[in-house]
Amino acid sequence: MEQVIQHSNPQSWYLVLSTILFSIGVMGVLFRRNAIIILMCIELMLNSVNILLVSFSAYAGNSEGQVFVFFIMVVAAAEVAVGLALLVSIFRNTASTDINVLSKLKW
Amino acid sequence: MDNFIELTKLMTPAILIPLFPLLGFLLITLFGKTLKKGSGWLASAMILASFICTVYIFVNLPEGQSLNFTVFEWIKWGDINLAFGLLIDPLSLVMLLVVTGVGFLIHLYSIGYMHSDEGFSRFFLQMNLFIFFMLLLVMGNSYLVMFIGWEGVGLCSYLLIGFWFKKDAFNDAAKKAFIMNRIGDLGFLIGMFFMLFYFGGLDFTSVMIAAQTHEKGSALLVTITLLLFIGAMGKSAQIPLYTWLPDAMAGPTPVSALIHAATMVTAGIYMICRSNILFALAPFTLDFVLIIGVATSLFAAIIGLKQNDIKKVLAYSTVSQLGLMFAALGLGVFSSGMFHVVTHAFFKALLFLGAGSVIHAMSGAQDIRNMGGLSKYIKITYITFLIGTLAISGIFPFAGFFSKDEILAQSFANHKLIWGILSFSSMLTAFYMFRLYFLTFNTQFRGTDEQKHHLHESPATMTIPLILLAALSVVGGFMGLPAAFGSAHVFSRYLSPVFEGSVSIMGAEHHLNHATEWVLMGIATLAAIVSIIVAYNIYISKKGLPEPDAEVKGFAKWVGNKFYVDELFDMIFVRPLMVMSDIFFVLVDKLIIDLFVNAAAWVVGFTGRTIRLVQTGNTGFYIFAMVISIMVLLYCQLVDPYLYVYFK
Repeated sequence: MEQVIQHSNPQSWYLVLSTILFSIGVMGVLFRRNAIIILMCIELMLNSVNILLVSFSAYAGNSEGQVFVFFIMVVAAAEVAVGLALLVSIFRNTASTDINVLSKLKW
Repeated sequence: MDNFIELTKLMTPAILIPLFPLLGFLLITLFGKTLKKGSGWLASAMILASFICTVYIFVNLPEGQSLNFTVFEWIKWGDINLAFGLLIDPLSLVMLLVVTGVGFLIHLYSIGYMHSDEGFSRFFLQMNLFIFFMLLLVMGNSYLVMFIGWEGVGLCSYLLIGFWFKKDAFNDAAKKAFIMNRIGDLGFLIGMFFMLFYFGGLDFTSVMIAAQTHEKGSALLVTITLLLFIGAMGKSAQIPLYTWLPDAMAGPTPVSALIHAATMVTAGIYMICRSNILFALAPFTLDFVLIIGVATSLFAAIIGLKQNDIKKVLAYSTVSQLGLMFAALGLGVFSSGMFHVVTHAFFKALLFLGAGSVIHAMSGAQDIRNMGGLSKYIKITYITFLIGTLAISGIFPFAGFFSKDEILAQSFANHKLIWGILSFSSMLTAFYMFRLYFLTFNTQFRGTDEQKHHLHESPATMTIPLILLAALSVVGGFMGLPAAFGSAHVFSRYLSPVFEGSVSIMGAEHHLNHATEWVLMGIATLAAIVSIIVAYNIYISKKGLPEPDAEVKGFAKWVGNKFYVDELFDMIFVRPLMVMSDIFFVLVDKLIIDLFVNAAAWVVGFTGRTIRLVQTGNTGFYIFAMVISIMVLLYCQLVDPYLYVYFK
């Protein structure tokens, strides 16, 4: 017999929050030029998905989603480490974190 | 039943015969670098092993019996069932003995002849491969197995002619031999298709049985035999496909002795003998064979008169002798043709090896105008070469006398004109062979001092084969004593089971009375002796020398230039082909094919040039494109699942 868990908040709230965060992330990635901010926006998108996963996991009474979140966090941490290292390197070469400066790789 | 068991016991040695040279080939290929000079001995030992197996079978095979068995199932499809089988009967045994026996002696000789060559191992592995294919050719019990051997020996011939591949001229000679052989092979191949289609099989037994159901001289049989004969023409260097053989002398001399005198070039004769029933049923083809044979015999003999390269003279004499053999086949006396194949293998291998020994002594020089007086320096070569020359000239009691005389006697019984032409070409043979002999060994040495200083007899590995072959050239003829000598013809009686079928179709051979035979022998010998005296008179008494090439005039110039046949072929076949290639190159290749190819390349290039503009280098744009793309994909998935499936 399934155990019914009482939730204080409706799930839609989490969905809305997640959507808002994700959209902010997308907009940031699209419209900001500062590479650091873009990196942060990517983190935002990742975390919005995490919220989604956790909420679904809680509402479905299934722990898989929460386990998955940990994986995403690990990957995100690794990704940030690489991303920041790249940024440092770029900054040393161009003295800037503006992504539009890096336009040499083109036709 | 006992007989059957006895025959099955012979199957293992029969399979071993071709396997030994194959093993030798593989071993030397793999370990040639380690074996070094040992590879020559290994190769020779393998041939000796084959020879021993052959002798074992020869001794143990009951007279009149043959061993015909399937080694493995091969091609089986619908009605076609072609097995890989071997056939040992008197005919193939004779060839086997010649191939392995003479082949062994030549291998032994090569150890001495090739001793300082950098391609020593390569030489022996190719020689072993050649022997393997030659044995397959001779032992196969179907045309298909024979054809494998046929193609294989062609390949080895190509490889060995072009053995010293660093010289372009040698490569050209090799290519010429290969291409000319291919022309003949095509005939053989089409002939095989015909047989497969109309007779339903390719093994000799079923083909011969099926052929006998057809009317004698029917168009089908004539077509098949003509096609087979085209194959024989190419392999055995008959007009018009003979020009490759003199050029093939570019190869090392043992190769000329083994492939281009003793064994491979006689494959055509063997093939016709093997299909004797087929040819007996097609009288038209036999007449054609006769004409070609007689013409080749005379034509090559005339060209031989004016050649100054020791090996070229021998090459033309080979072509001429092959013509004589084909004439015998054309007359329907297959066993006489085979008899001449055997004796010719002995004395021609001897002559070539002798020539090799001379070339060895002369440090590579081959022009007889620069030789002379060599008898003092290289005694063994001199004596054995003299025996070979006497044998090919048809002097009693050497091997050539009996076999040549037999063919001449048969031609006399058949047609006087043919006898006349063949006798004349034999006379020419005696003349140019003694011309060669006198110029090489008698009078004074005409080479440089350096060469004179270097003159020396060859090592024992070279002289022993010479002596053995000389012995065979002396006694080889006695296995075919003519009826006039009062004893049985051992050779033709041994082969008679093979030719029973054709004899019964064509009727018994013409038998001359003994008096006529004696007269014919007398005439032949007299003619040869007259030729020798004439040659002696010109080249010894008057100390005559062939003029330098530039001073030759008139008919002699035509002869010296081989009647310009090469140039003629060049004009008729090669040049038009070149012109056609040029035309096709410009019209088809450049205009049409290049157009399509270049258009395809241009389209790809254009697309690339256009699409690469997307790569702006602007990171923001990339991200934008990515987000848009993801959104499109999401849209497709959420709103229209079918479209998503479509995309997937």
